[in-house]
Amino acid sequence: MHGAMTKRGEHRSWGERLIVLVPYLWLTAFFLLPFLIVLKISLSHTAIAQPPYAPVFDPAAGWSGVVEAVSALSFENYALLGSDWLYLASYLKSLEIAAGSTLLLLLIGFPIAYGMARAPRRWQPVIFVLVVLPFWTSFLIRIYAWINILQRDGLLNQLLLALRIVDEPPAWLSTDTAVYIGIVYTYLPFMVLPIYATLEKMDQTLLEAAADLGCPNWKAFWLVTLPLSRPGVMAGTLLCFIPIVGEFVIPDLLGSSQTMMIGQTLWAEFFANKDWPVASAVAVVLLCLLVVPIVVYEQMQTRDLAGGR
Amino acid sequence: MRRASWFNVGSLALGLAFLYLPIVILVIYSFNGSRLVTVWGGWSMRWYAELINDRAMLESAWVTLRIALLSASAATVLGTLAAIALVRFGRFRGRVLFSGMIYAPLVMPEVITGLALLLLFVAIDVDRGFWTITIAHTTLIMCFVTVVVQSRLLSFDTSLEEAAMDLGCPPLKTFLTVTLPLIAPALASGWMLAFTLSLDDLVIASFTTGPGATTLPIRIYSEVRLGVKPEINAICAILIAIVAVGIVAASLLTKFHDVGRGGIAGLPAH
Repeated sequence: MHGAMTKRGEHRSWGERLIVLVPYLWLTAFFLLPFLIVLKISLSHTAIAQPPYAPVFDPAAGWSGVVEAVSALSFENYALLGSDWLYLASYLKSLEIAAGSTLLLLLIGFPIAYGMARAPRRWQPVIFVLVVLPFWTSFLIRIYAWINILQRDGLLNQLLLALRIVDEPPAWLSTDTAVYIGIVYTYLPFMVLPIYATLEKMDQTLLEAAADLGCPNWKAFWLVTLPLSRPGVMAGTLLCFIPIVGEFVIPDLLGSSQTMMIGQTLWAEFFANKDWPVASAVAVVLLCLLVVPIVVYEQMQTRDLAGGR
Repeated sequence: MRRASWFNVGSLALGLAFLYLPIVILVIYSFNGSRLVTVWGGWSMRWYAELINDRAMLESAWVTLRIALLSASAATVLGTLAAIALVRFGRFRGRVLFSGMIYAPLVMPEVITGLALLLLFVAIDVDRGFWTITIAHTTLIMCFVTVVVQSRLLSFDTSLEEAAMDLGCPPLKTFLTVTLPLIAPALASGWMLAFTLSLDDLVIASFTTGPGATTLPIRIYSEVRLGVKPEINAICAILIAIVAVGIVAASLLTKFHDVGRGGIAGLPAH
């Protein structure tokens, strides 16, 4: 059971094997296998039936079934994705919003993390809880709270009108601005906390040394703090960027229905058009887009684990 | 040395205001007496009273609660086993795939995971509903539990375990009497994180649900799409209150912030 006891290559007891096997099998059955099914169905024909696709192969037919299956694979769904401008626009829109909001998150999140790390030691746990606390409440509620504020006769417009900043109440809902606000609001701690974690561990004497050697504060920040915070910035960026690309709820509730993000397109194909093969193809292409950042993220996590804390 | 500059205090204060203002406004408006959500009609408990008579909403709350309790508990067991395997077992066959399957769900867009799980459930032809949502949630949130427990396992002193075993304590007993109490706080916060994640989830539940299993987020979502309603303000305020009380209690009981230091560990997903 314990690493100290079990040398590499030694036989493990049954109990130890079970510890690995149980979660392993669970994840294989409910995480890995489903993706293979998505891949399979993305290569099927759409059918008007329940479930709405023509199965590519019939497991009961044995080996001949497999051969038949391979010859029946169809790339028509992928061809559709390539030919219809709607899908391409949707992918581009998602990447654009994800990149833009990740940049915004970085610009807003870094000063907050910096403020947290430079706050007096005894205040840090309190500030930490304060930053995390809102994010234990349902994110649906948090998005809903913004609808309250951003709607046409909502509080933001009431405020703007009262201060005579605008004469006509501008529309906030159903715009990209609202989507950006919603995303930044929802993902902020995922940016702040990893950056805070690296800044907090930073050796303060380095800054003192820089100051002693006559380096001005801003330059020390640029030359010492910023490079040292890179692991946190990387982690925060990936932790935000990857899920934002596939975000559904925020653009659905706050955004416009003109250009949909890819998560919305997938949702619409699945729930409204009942076209499961096309929805699967959308998912596969989305996964291909994200596979590089996901692998980078995993490598960082594994390295963290190997390096301890 | 650590003097708080105006810039630091300012960015923190602005950040916190940004985080809390929308929630505070929502709670205040849940006490609004007017049916028009944008007009203030004086303080009132009217919408809370109406909620009590909303049987469909209560039904959903009950389903959601049962799913969250079950899947958080299952996820804590599975996630802890996975954490032990990752931290203590060094290299084992298939480790790369294993850690890949642990970390990928943390960032994987929910629409993909939801769709994939639904297609699995359709392929094996099970009735969709309560149990399929529970399995889907367990799968996703066990990975978050693993991250929390793992950071605890990494940071603690193994010499206690070694001492127990040197004194002839068998491995299983060592685990139950030494290791488990030591990682108990991490298990507790892992469970809580899992529970909140399950309560919260809209996307995966929407894909894997079936007749008779409308969870609270699914119901709230379908109402919210039609616009802001005072009843929804009220139910959101209740949920916020429950979570706030739970978190404050938990952070007083355990050193909750220590667990979160590792990075995202103290956080539910979006």
